[in-house]
Amino acid sequence: MTRFRLPIGGYIALAIAVAVMVLPLLWMLLASFKGQDEIYSLPIQWLPSSFGGANYQAAADAVPFGSFFLNSLITTVFGAGIKIVLGLMTAYALVFVEVPFRKFFFGLVIFALLVPQQIVIIPNYTLVASLGWLNTYQGIIVPGLASAFGTFLFRQHFLSLPISVLEAAALDGAGHWRRLWAFVVPMSTPTIAAVALVSVVTEWNEYLWPLLVIDRPNMMTLPIGLTLLQNTDGVTNWGVLMAGTVLVTLPILIVFFVMQKKIVAGLTAGAVTG
Amino acid sequence: MTSTATRRRGRMARNWLMFAALAGPNILLLIAFTYKPLLQSFYYSTLQWNIGSSRAISVGLRNYTDWLTDSQTPHVVGVTVVFTLATVGGGMVLGLSLAVLLNRRLKLIGPARTIVVAPYVLSGVAVGLLWLFVFDPNFGIVAAVLGFVGLPSPAWYNDPQWALVMVIIVQLWKNVGYIALIYLAGLQAIPKDLLEAASLDGAGPVRTFRRVILPLLGPTTFFLSVTTLLSSLQSFDIIQAMTKGGPLEGTTTMMYEIYREGFVAGRAGYSSAVATILFVVLLIVTLVQMRFVERKVHYA
Repeated sequence: MTRFRLPIGGYIALAIAVAVMVLPLLWMLLASFKGQDEIYSLPIQWLPSSFGGANYQAAADAVPFGSFFLNSLITTVFGAGIKIVLGLMTAYALVFVEVPFRKFFFGLVIFALLVPQQIVIIPNYTLVASLGWLNTYQGIIVPGLASAFGTFLFRQHFLSLPISVLEAAALDGAGHWRRLWAFVVPMSTPTIAAVALVSVVTEWNEYLWPLLVIDRPNMMTLPIGLTLLQNTDGVTNWGVLMAGTVLVTLPILIVFFVMQKKIVAGLTAGAVTG
Repeated sequence: MTSTATRRRGRMARNWLMFAALAGPNILLLIAFTYKPLLQSFYYSTLQWNIGSSRAISVGLRNYTDWLTDSQTPHVVGVTVVFTLATVGGGMVLGLSLAVLLNRRLKLIGPARTIVVAPYVLSGVAVGLLWLFVFDPNFGIVAAVLGFVGLPSPAWYNDPQWALVMVIIVQLWKNVGYIALIYLAGLQAIPKDLLEAASLDGAGPVRTFRRVILPLLGPTTFFLSVTTLLSSLQSFDIIQAMTKGGPLEGTTTMMYEIYREGFVAGRAGYSSAVATILFVVLLIVTLVQMRFVERKVHYA
């Protein structure tokens, strides 16, 4: 609006905003290289004396970080992967398979969005325990597997697809199954990628549910395992804890910065359609 | 005639089979892990029952009356309201300001937009733990900044009120980038000629913002206020990592109470009653939103 003066105020505000977001992360990263004496020093010092991996070694010695990482990877890949497939299949059925009461089934999927997983933890815990699924991958994954929001977004997208292509495919003898995977899915890759990436982020960070069903360290995911490094004896070893925090946040930060366009598209998709 | 009817019935049966094969698994999972447990939760709320125990006594609505008359309840509701209002209200104001800033044509605005959203994708537990160190009253950044201007650090860890302020700040830090991102999309959807027309009519930036931009952002504001309200009411990770509801229950929200009663104290019936109450609150919030959205569509 007033473009005559130099936007110095804008740059200052921008610098402050970026600093507020970055400095805590930087503080975590730098602390992960500091020894106890450097952490407990006044005035505070930002830079560690060296970038040795002693805290990382200590964190890995104290808790099985390799298992945490593997467990997070397995639950994220299967959790997000199956959820996306279920969402695609359901959305396809809701849009392209003609049966009565489709509206009802769509309602059934959508109304599930009104019931947060947090509200049903006790019955689900009881069920998972009775199935003998405590401390198992299926115990972590299965209760959160159903796709409601993804189905909603996929359906929205499928409704916008050119019907003529699918009719041509049907005339060529392609059944529903083939039409879904050979035509609809390839025509929807940007939407699928955006939804998938948001699911991956959500699964990776999942905390309350795995906290309830897992108590054996070798089955823990990263967020749960991380808290094992928290003070058990009243004194927090910040350097080691921050090393663990880096190990939890770094993979998702890398994914985010590499795929930020797609993730941002996935995050805004809900707002624009909703 | 008969043959076409049979054929049609055959096709219908095939379609049902196809529909069941495609949508069936997802719908069954929703029933098994969302709808059925929701109803079970209502039932459990009428029981006196410890989690893992095989003995349960039906107590009618006593868990509800117990909760309503518990001396801690006004405190927990107060904490929930303060936490929710501060994170929603603060988040909206900060998020919109940030979006306006990120909408300006400045150098390096692209990377800045990415950085601002980054905390939103991080684990709540990791964020809570790293901020616990940032808030360290002796050796943290906050204490250093306050010391620089000659102020003592509040007892973030030991004072119930400051602990609540601390978890509110962290919740804001994690989510404000998401709010800004959605607002930014809203700002960019505003037609340029509308803003030019306002400026030709002699409206200054403040007037344009209040009379043109803010009303046009109405639907975005509404969407965000509801989604952030829902996520604030369900917030758990940050509180668990930083304060575990303490000190002196200073950060015990209703969501945290559900967890603590059910899984720490083991009182599953009582916890289910609190969960049911919170569910009703969430349902009302969402239904109010739906009505508003409907009205918006009618007048659009």
